Amino acid sequence: MNLPKKPLSAGVLTVALAVTLAACGGSGDNNSNGGSGSYDKNATVNIGSLYEPQNLDNTGGGGQGVTEALNGNVYEGLFKLTDDGKVDNLLAKDHKVSGDGLTYTFTLRDGVKFHSGKALTSKDVKYSLEKVIAPDSQSARKSNLEVIKTIDTPDAKTVKVTLKQKSISFVYNLSYVWIINDQAKNLKTTEDGTGPYKLGKWTRGSALGLDRFPGYWGTAATNKQVVFHYYKDATALNNALLTNAVDVVTSEQSPDALDQFKSNQSYKVNDGNSTTKLLLAFNDKAKPFTDVKVRKAVSSAIDDKKLLESVWGGYGKEIGSMVPPTDPWYEDLTKVNAYDPTEAKKLLEEAGYAKGFSFTLDTPNYDPHPTAATFIKSQLAKVGITVKINTITPDEWYTKVYKNHDFSATLQEHVNDRDVVWYGNPDFYWGYDNKQVVKWVEDAEKASSTQQQTDILKKVNRKTAEDAASDWLYLYPQIVVANSKLSGYPLNGLNSQFFAYDIKKG
Amino acid sequence: MTGYLLRRLAFLVVSLVLASIVLFVLLRMLPGDPANALTSVGASPEQIAAARHSIGSDRPLPEQFTHWMGQLATGDLGTSFVSSLPVGPEVVQRLSVTVPLTLSAFVLAVLIAVPAGFVAAYKRRTWYGALLSGVSQLGIAVPVFWLGMILIVVFALNAGWLPSGGFPQDGWSDPAQAIRSLVLPVVTIALVMSASLIRYVRSATLDVLDSDFLRTSRALGSSFGQAMWRHGLRNASVPVISILGIELASTLLGAVVVESVFALPGLGSLLATGIAQHDYPVIQGVLFVSTLAVLLIGFAADLVQRIIDPRLRDRLSGGAR
Repeated sequence: MNLPKKPLSAGVLTVALAVTLAACGGSGDNNSNGGSGSYDKNATVNIGSLYEPQNLDNTGGGGQGVTEALNGNVYEGLFKLTDDGKVDNLLAKDHKVSGDGLTYTFTLRDGVKFHSGKALTSKDVKYSLEKVIAPDSQSARKSNLEVIKTIDTPDAKTVKVTLKQKSISFVYNLSYVWIINDQAKNLKTTEDGTGPYKLGKWTRGSALGLDRFPGYWGTAATNKQVVFHYYKDATALNNALLTNAVDVVTSEQSPDALDQFKSNQSYKVNDGNSTTKLLLAFNDKAKPFTDVKVRKAVSSAIDDKKLLESVWGGYGKEIGSMVPPTDPWYEDLTKVNAYDPTEAKKLLEEAGYAKGFSFTLDTPNYDPHPTAATFIKSQLAKVGITVKINTITPDEWYTKVYKNHDFSATLQEHVNDRDVVWYGNPDFYWGYDNKQVVKWVEDAEKASSTQQQTDILKKVNRKTAEDAASDWLYLYPQIVVANSKLSGYPLNGLNSQFFAYDIKKG
Repeated sequence: MTGYLLRRLAFLVVSLVLASIVLFVLLRMLPGDPANALTSVGASPEQIAAARHSIGSDRPLPEQFTHWMGQLATGDLGTSFVSSLPVGPEVVQRLSVTVPLTLSAFVLAVLIAVPAGFVAAYKRRTWYGALLSGVSQLGIAVPVFWLGMILIVVFALNAGWLPSGGFPQDGWSDPAQAIRSLVLPVVTIALVMSASLIRYVRSATLDVLDSDFLRTSRALGSSFGQAMWRHGLRNASVPVISILGIELASTLLGAVVVESVFALPGLGSLLATGIAQHDYPVIQGVLFVSTLAVLLIGFAADLVQRIIDPRLRDRLSGGAR
C-alpha cells in the first residue's frame, strides 16, 4: 500500500486542528542528534516542508507553517518548552506566583533587542499578551489566556499578570505566546521578534528565508541562513532531498519513501516522538455508542498493531488513551480494551447486539483515513458489525462532524499534546459526558502543583480509557530525514515547531 | 478589418463579464464557508460572524459582485481572505513562472509536431512514418504527471543533470538557474502536447495531399515542394492554428498538474491553494486572469487564421455585415 501526497485541504484541516485542538502544546526542543566535528559557520541550511505559512502572523490565521518556521527562530516567548515537557525560561529571567496562585510576576531578561533595534520592555509583553486575547485574534491560545484579568507593567523589566482563576498551565501556555514589538506594523508580511534569526526573503508559494540576527541576546545561530522550501507533494519533497535541493525534511509523511533513504549512507532517518493520535471517535451521544459496552467491543475488535504495521511499516506506537508518552501524566494503558475479538463478541451480546449492528463511519478523504477505514471495516465484520464508509472532505468534516455533531463515528487525527483535557468538555464533538471527568479536568487546571495536576489527569486518562470514550488507534511516528552531513536539528518537532538555530552543516 | 476588430473587442468584454458572473456565482455555490478557514476549530459563533464580516462575505451577493467588478475596473484583483495580501502582485509573481513555462512548452511542441506530423502524413507508407503515428498515439495516452515523474527519475535523480523541482527563490534574477528549473517541466508539457498536435498536423496534411488544388497545381507544372509551399501549407495550417489556440489555452489552465509534480510556484498552484482555503478573491483573481488569457489566445488564433486564409476573412466579415 502507499501513502502518498496529502491534499492541501488535508493540510489545512490538520493545521486548524494542530493549532487549536490543543489547548496546550509540547515542544520540539533542540534534541540535536549527535555531535558534529567541524561545521560551516556560514552555511545555508535548506529545509523542506509541506506546511507553508498563510501569512506570518500567528494570531492572524498564519497556520501550522508559521509556527514551524518562526516559533523560536524569529519570535520568542517568555518561556520555552523542552522535549520532556519542562518549561524553561527564555525572555523571562524568572517569575513568582502569589500565594493564592492568581498573580504572576515576571522579570524580563536584560539586553534583549528586537530585530528593529528597539530594546524589549514590559510594554511589549503586555501588548503581545493582549494581542492574543483581542477580539479579532485567531490564536489557538486565545481560550487559554482568557483567564487573564489584568496586565500591569510597574517598570520596564517587570510584568504583573492577575488571573480570574487559578491556572496551573498558565506558564506552560505562555511558551506559545510570541513577544512582539508593540510598535510593529504589517505583521502578516513582516516581523519584529527577538529570535536568533530575522526574516529574510519570503517568496509566497515557494520559500521563506531566515538570516542570522547579529544582535541576538543569546548564543548565535550555528548557521548563517536557513531557507524553508515548501512543497505540496511529498514525492516532490523527497526528490528535493535526493537531489540535495534540501538538507532535511521536517516531517516525513510517506513510509514508502523511507527505504530509499534508509539504504543510503548519505541520509539519516530519525524516528522521533510525535503527539499525533489517530482516533476512531465515536459519537458518545448517539446510539449505539451511548453504550460503554459497544464502545469497548469495537475497541477490542480492532487490531491496532496490525493497522499500524500496514500503514506505517515499523514506525509509530500503539496507544491506549489520548495521552502520548511525552505528556507528564502518561501511563501505558494499551492493555485496557486490548485486541480480543472473543471479548468483543461477548460484550456485544451483553449490550443486546448479539447479531451485530451497522453504522456509518465518516472518513476524511486524505491519508491515512481511507486506509484505516477499510481496515476497521474488515476487522469489525469479523464480530458482526457492518461499517458503511462515508468519505468526506475536511471542510465537510468540520461542518458535519465538528460543528453539527451529525455523525455516528468518525476518523480524525489530533495533533497536540495535553489533548486529554478535551474529554472534560461535554460539548466537544465526540460528546463524551462524564461529570466526574469534567470535575477532574477543572480541578487539574486549578491544582496548586504540577504533581497534583499530574495525579488528577492520570485519573482522567484511566477513566476515559476504561470508558472507551474513543478508540485511540495509534500514535504517529515523527520521522525527520536529513542529509548525514547535518546535525543539531530537532528530532521530535512536537506541535510543528522546528528550531533551526542549532543546525550544523558539515 | 476595423469593424471586425471592434466587434471582437466588444465580444471579448461581454464574454469576460459573463464569465465573471458565472465564476462568481459558482464559487458561492460550493459547499463550505471561507470563515472556517479563517477561524480556528472551536471558534464561537461570534468569532465566525466577525470573520465573515471582516471579509465581507456577510453582505448580499449582488453587492459583493459589484464591489469586485468595481475593483477589477481599477485593475485591483482584491485582497486574499487568508493572507490579507493583495492578489494582484501575487498573480503577477506566479505568472512569471507559468507564462515562460507555457510559452516555451508551446513553442517546443510546435517545433516537434509540425515537421513530425508532416512526415507522418507524407511518408505514411514508410516504416518511420508509421512509427511517428504510433508514437504520437502512445503519447496521447500518457498522463502528464507520469511522464514528469519518469523524467525526474531519469534526468534529476539518476543522472543529476537537472533539478527535480522547485524554482529559484530569487525568481529570474539568475536566469540560468531559472531556466534550469524549467527544462524538465517544459519538456514534459511539450512532449504530451506535441503528441496530440502531430495527429492534427498529420490529418490536416493528409487532407491537403489528397486535395484537388494540389493535384491541379502539380498538373500545371509545379513541383511537389512548390505546390506544397504555395497552396498546401497555407491550407493545412488553418485547422491546425485553431487547435494550437486550444492547446495553448488548455496548457495554461492545465499547468497545475505539472506545477505540482515539479513543485513550481505558478498560477496553477496558487489556484489549488486558493480552492483548498475557500479564498474567493484568490480563486476569482486567478480564474479571471486565465479567462482573459484564453479569450485573448482565441482572438489571436482567429486573427492569424484570417490573415492566412482570405476566404475566411471575406466570409466572416461579409456574413457579419
